[in-house]
Amino acid sequence: MTAHLPPPTHTPDRRPSRGALAVFGERVLENVIRLSGVSAIFFVLAIFFFVFREAAPVLVSDSFSLKEFLFSVAWYPTSDINVRYGILGLIVGTACVSGLAVLIAVPFSLGSAIFIAEFCGPRLREGLKVVIELLAAIPSVVWGFIGLTVMSRLIVAVTGAPVGVNVLNGGIILALMCVPIITSIAEDALKAVPDSYREAALALGATRWQTVHRVLVPAARTGLLAAVLLGVGRAVGETMAVLMATGHAVHIPSSVLDSVRTLTANIAAELGEASVNSEHYRVLFLTGVLLFLITFVINLTADLVVRGVRRER
Amino acid sequence: MRIPVSRASTASCFIALTAVVCASFPSAGCGSKRAPAIATTIQVKGSDTMVNIAQAWAEEYKKVEPGVEVEVSGGGSGVGIAALEKGTIDIADASRNMKPDEIAQAKRNTGKEPKEFIVGYDALAVYVNKDNPLDEVTLDQLASVFAEGGTVARWSQLGVTIPGVSDNTIVRVSRQSSSGTYEFFREHVLNKRDFKLGSRDMNGSKEVVELVGNTKTAIGYSGMGYATPSVKMLRLARKAGEPAIAPTVEHALNKSYPLARSLQVYTLGEPEGAVKKYVEWMLSETGQKILQESGYVPIPHQN
Repeated sequence: MTAHLPPPTHTPDRRPSRGALAVFGERVLENVIRLSGVSAIFFVLAIFFFVFREAAPVLVSDSFSLKEFLFSVAWYPTSDINVRYGILGLIVGTACVSGLAVLIAVPFSLGSAIFIAEFCGPRLREGLKVVIELLAAIPSVVWGFIGLTVMSRLIVAVTGAPVGVNVLNGGIILALMCVPIITSIAEDALKAVPDSYREAALALGATRWQTVHRVLVPAARTGLLAAVLLGVGRAVGETMAVLMATGHAVHIPSSVLDSVRTLTANIAAELGEASVNSEHYRVLFLTGVLLFLITFVINLTADLVVRGVRRER
Repeated sequence: MRIPVSRASTASCFIALTAVVCASFPSAGCGSKRAPAIATTIQVKGSDTMVNIAQAWAEEYKKVEPGVEVEVSGGGSGVGIAALEKGTIDIADASRNMKPDEIAQAKRNTGKEPKEFIVGYDALAVYVNKDNPLDEVTLDQLASVFAEGGTVARWSQLGVTIPGVSDNTIVRVSRQSSSGTYEFFREHVLNKRDFKLGSRDMNGSKEVVELVGNTKTAIGYSGMGYATPSVKMLRLARKAGEPAIAPTVEHALNKSYPLARSLQVYTLGEPEGAVKKYVEWMLSETGQKILQESGYVPIPHQN
């Protein structure tokens, strides 16, 4: 009799059975997705580990002084008589170029974000967004080329500077590269302000400008700050464009028309020649660790700021 | 059941990743053996001074040996030598000699001793803008312009006024530190002292001449093959009072010009097959004629 009983899987309260293959495939897929999710953490840690591992031996070497590394301008990695590794000039170069870029980019991008989010009609908005996204898609080497050719001649013609590749050039080029990032994140932040705020402001008799200026910008301020910080992160980490547009001179600039060299450009220019595991090679990796820490702190701050916004609501 | 699945997917991910990494760095080892679509590829890398001639040779050689493709890239003598040490290229171009520790490193990495071939000569010219009234300079003056601690920062200190410019600060144009030209200049003009900080360090011989051509107050150094109509090559004197010599083929060959130097290529061990034929062809009459046409100085005939 028992042979005539239906198999247990056919009982009506069970879900219809699937083939073993389907179950197996689903599990595989599930694990692949999980792995890709976790891999980001793994890669960040691995990158930091490998960069730091290449740099670490120099920290304990006798001929290397961390104080000189951070506070001396003298960068002579291949000197015959007196090798010195001072990156103050490079740190100042990075700070000047990124600082100028942010100064130029922030008013422009916040302005366009406010315009797109609050003032313009839906058709113009779609058009503007596409163009701004297109701006973000231009490769950095193309920006560098524009800096090297068009912008450098323009700067020489307008300011009378002896050389057109300088802090101003790098700053303008980097600003153009940051604008799309800052604009799109800032626009999202403004869009995220609840419509009830706008309605309340208008009901109280505020003009559109007063609404933006007194209500929306304060309400979205943390989002706007995060947008600016991500723009700064982009500016600090950018390599190719600044390598081509800043003139590549190691020193502390005395004006925006002076050439400088940035941390990133220095690594790009010198890593190819430094023989593997030499002190010069390790110091370049140490510069990489420093850069990593700078951008990490900036991005972390931006992230914490954004989280702050979410918690407030 | 779960654990083996997870392992399998980890492994396949890892294999895929490795493949991607290898594909994106064809010179980094795992991809160096190419499919024989073209019979042989010769990888040449190094000196920016020699990029012009290396490319001219590669172009011409296509007609001589259609089955051999020569790939040329620059970056500086140091970059080429570093790549040769790792064994990722066949020929390194260098406008300076390999240093003993570089030779030792190459031997450690590859087990082969680099072999040097002098393929020509070059005069390292000192360039100023064509509007600069200066015509000659001594090596000491150059050192006080370029060396760390040197006192010359303005054109007036060299006794010249540049017409139509209010700020007569000297704009120093130099090379990135991987350049053989940079090291040659440091050794022979600065007497191994370091460069003053704040010079514009260009990434190629051509860029130096371009910047000097665009900047009235600039001074820079580069191979004499890179001269353009917007720049002027200075005559150099070894010491004040000695005659100043112009950088010409003749003066480079009889060594009366103070900054004449040899240009060399390095191979790992005694070259074989296609590389051997290519190096021999560079040294042949045809190869040397192309070298001369590119603005360098050919090797004088041995007999």
